[in-house]
Parts: sequence; structure tokens; C-alpha cells
Amino acid sequence: MALKDITLGQYFPGHTVIHRLDPRTKLIFTVAYIVALFLARQVVSYAILLALLGVLIAVSRVGLKSILRGMKPVLIIVIITGVLNLFYTAGEGEPLVSFWVFHIYAEGIWAAIFMVLRIAMLITCTFLLTYTTSPIQLTDGLERLMNPLKAIKVPVHELSMMMSIALRFIPTLIEETDKIMSAQKARGADFDTGSLMQKARALVPLLVPLFISAFRRADELAVAMECRCYHGGEGRTRLRQLKFRGMDVAALLFALVMCVGIGVLGRFGL
Amino acid sequence: MEPIIQTERLSHIYSAGTPFEHGALVDVDFTAYRGEYLGIIGHTGSGKSTLIQHLNGLLKPTSGRVLYEGQDIWESKERTRETRFHVGLVFQYPEYQLFEETIYKDIAFGPKNMGLDEKEIDRRVREAAQFVGLGEELLEKSPFELSGGQKRRVAIAGVIAMEPSVLILDEPTAGLDPVGVEEILGNIRDYHQAKNATIIIVSHSMEEMARTVDRIVVVNDGRIPFSGAPREVFAHGDELEAMGLGVPAMTRVFLRLRAMGVDIDASVYTTGQARDAILARLGRAPRLTAAEPASDKGGAV
Repeated sequence: MALKDITLGQYFPGHTVIHRLDPRTKLIFTVAYIVALFLARQVVSYAILLALLGVLIAVSRVGLKSILRGMKPVLIIVIITGVLNLFYTAGEGEPLVSFWVFHIYAEGIWAAIFMVLRIAMLITCTFLLTYTTSPIQLTDGLERLMNPLKAIKVPVHELSMMMSIALRFIPTLIEETDKIMSAQKARGADFDTGSLMQKARALVPLLVPLFISAFRRADELAVAMECRCYHGGEGRTRLRQLKFRGMDVAALLFALVMCVGIGVLGRFGL
Repeated sequence: MEPIIQTERLSHIYSAGTPFEHGALVDVDFTAYRGEYLGIIGHTGSGKSTLIQHLNGLLKPTSGRVLYEGQDIWESKERTRETRFHVGLVFQYPEYQLFEETIYKDIAFGPKNMGLDEKEIDRRVREAAQFVGLGEELLEKSPFELSGGQKRRVAIAGVIAMEPSVLILDEPTAGLDPVGVEEILGNIRDYHQAKNATIIIVSHSMEEMARTVDRIVVVNDGRIPFSGAPREVFAHGDELEAMGLGVPAMTRVFLRLRAMGVDIDASVYTTGQARDAILARLGRAPRLTAAEPASDKGGAV
């Protein structure tokens, strides 16, 4: 099994305009894009949003291949959603196809296409965010965006610290899993064959050492942080200050225009 | 000598087809002979770990073949799995792989996977524990109660219990104190002698290599630039230095002496050999025993 091939949430370093945008801008833009997706009703709106996504992918130089590879794990959900919409959307007039208890209407086909497109675009735009923003930038941006919540006693700094530590350790744990797996395979462990029950039991030699090492790492990290006098967010300054620049303002304005525009188009039934 | 494990033009490329693609091994021809005590040396990222993971079929070659007793180990699925029992591999820091409730059960994991019967498993577990110097009274304890060095010995016993004809160890002494290092090396030597097994040790410590192995294979940049007896390999002092490996301290002193114009045999790596070389240079016959105070004479030159 090639665990290393998982690209979900992986950062591709680069120097494109999109990479250099402020993480807050990218976060807000992503949210705006998702809102616009849900405001979109008909072909024209979808076409505009799809074209926009295509331009963003091209500009970010992430490559369609990586996007498609990241889409693989969610493919089943997308397909199921499409099929359900296809069969369970009732329309006016005669059904196009009828067999057994199923009736497929023209509306159903449209609903299925839109639903699949919507989910695919939603996933792609969030991928674009994580592909072009390093985990540190992302959590920094989130922390700053959620700052106002401190007023109602939400532990914003602690939450973002937890998130960045979790993100930081995903590759480490994957590597560790690979290593332990190899070591147990060298002793004849078999992870691939056998019944479901046997497969589950075969995971014990993998999971026990993995948990032990995760706890050990957590412990070491906690000690290391305390040694450097870490005591939470109070009075903490940053190495890299986030700054809004001209292109950030432009991107945010564009996001606003996009949402309003799609909303207006929806009113006109486009 | 009869080859036991060989690679033929073995190449391995990591993450083929992605931006992270890089070659770890390039056309490597490697041979280990039956009953040999072999050392593989190379700095971090040289490809030595990739090489040993091919020897028991954990990694599949991108191109080239791996032969165990003359037969391709990737011939069939069964053959690959079987090879893992003949070619035992102990990873770096193996103590992090322990998972069972008792030491006994953990050592028995390998033999059990081989499908042996209870009696044979019991014999092997006890014998393996003995090889690494774990007392009977420890067998029913949890492996997590042990010290780091003892844990490592349990992990090594877990591989020894499969009674492999080739035992490969990746940095078996990393992070141990000098006493622990000697003990582990002694355990491995015992297994080597008792079973006439082929031992392959991966290390970057030249001193340790020089003392223990019959032959050294140098891995650099995914290739094997040279191999041979420690004496021959250490004669390539400059090249080793360029690879970031360095030579044993004693060899370095003698290479310096040569560079300063002293006509002396520089292929030494132990104090005993150093004394003999100096005595030879002074025109005296080398003494036979090493522990005599007379050896101090060498230091006065």
C-alpha cells in the first residue's frame, strides 16, 4: 500500500500570484466561492463559476492531474449523490425513462449534473486552498480571522495551535506507519489478504506501536515547548506578520462582486 | 564462495511520475556470500536503506532483479513472502515496533506467521532470547517495562527467531551506550557463528565496521563505487572523505604520516595493526601478543 500517495490537504510549494495572496484572503475567497456555488441556479451561473475555477487552477500551476488524484477518495460520494438525484427528482410531464419503480425525468438529469458539478467544484476549490497555502499560513490566517471570537471566550490561539500541530504531524505519522508496516511485514505480517476479521486483527501489530509513538512524540513536543517557555497566545508576536496588499483587496472585491453577481443572475433565472 | 543473495542491475525510483521523483538506486550489482559477515556503509540518503529493503522483497525494484539462492524473489507472491523468512531484516530503532503483551509473544510473532507448530515456536523463542541474552524470567514480562537497550534486543530476537539464513541489521547500535554496543555486536556474532548465517550490517561508523566485518560495501549516491576487505576500502581514504564518510581515526593518522613523507603501510585500522606497521617501519619483527606494555613503543615514534 502506498500511503505516501495520499495528496489530501498537501501543500505544493510555488510562487504564483495565488500562492502569494494573504491566507486570510484565500480563506474568505474560498468561503465566498462556496456561497456563490449555492446561490447558483442555472447553466449560466455554473458556467461562470466553472470558468473561474479553471482560470484559478491554471494560474496556480497546481496541475489538473493533482486535483483529479485528490478527488479520488470522494469519488464514491459524488457518484452516489449523482445517482440519487437522478432517480429521486420528480418532474412535471412525462418521465424520459421508466423501469420497475424508477422514473427518470429531465429535471432529474439536470439536478444530477448540477449536484455532481457543485460537489466537485466545492472540493476542488478547497483543494486549491490547501494546495497553495502552507499549513502554517493557513492556521495563522484562521487564527487572525477568528480573533474577534476571543471576546466571547473562544480559545482561538489554542485551537489554531492544536490544528497546526495536527497538520504538522500528519506526514510524520504517515511515514511512521509506513516504517512500522515494513518492519512487521519483514516478520511475515500480512496486511492485504484474509477475511475482514483477519485484516482487522492484522492491524494490531501496526496500531499499537503507532499509538505508542504518537503519545511519545506528543510528550516530547510538550516538553520541548515548555523548555522554550511557551505559555499560550498571550503577548506572543509573530515571525511573519500577515499583511493585506493591493492584490488582496482586489481579490476580496472580486469575491464580493462574484457573490452578488451570481445572486442577481439567480434572480433572473439564469 | 557461494553467493546467497544478489542483485542484478537493480534500480529504484521513488515517487515515479510526480514532481518528487528521484532515483535512489542506479544499476546496482550487489552480492552477499553464504556465511559472510558483511558491512554496508554510506551516509544518510545514499540509498543503503533502500538497498536492504530490496533484499527481502519489501520494496519492488523499478528495474533489475533480486536473487535469493539464484532464484528471482519476485517470481511469485509466495516466493516473495517466503524470502522474508529466509532474509531477516531488523530495521533501525526496532524497539518501536514492539506491540505484544509479553516479550514471549512478541518474539513469537515471526515464527507464528511462518506457520510453525507450538513446540517449534517455543524452542525458537527460547533460543532467540538466549542469543540476545534475555533471561527466562523476562519472557512473561511486558516489553514496555524494559530499558531501551533491552527492548532493542527483544526486537532483534523477534527476527532471529525466524532463523533466517541472512540477517540484515540497519544501524543496530544507533543510540546505545558503549557497553550496549558491545553486547549487541556480541549477540550478532554469536548468531553468525552458531548458525553459519550471513550477516549484513548497515552502519556509518567506520570504527565499528573495521572491527567486526569481513568485507565492506560502500554505497554512495545510489551506486556502489567500491567494496572489499576493510583494509582495501580504507585505502580509498580521500574518496571516502569526499563522500562524507571518513576513515577510522587510526587510518587517518597513518594516511597523514604518509602525506608527510613517512614511508609506512597506511592500510591499518586497529591499534594492533598500527603497532605492527610502525615496528615494521623501524625494522623490527612485530610481536605476537597485543596486550604487552611493549606496544607503547609504537606511540613514542
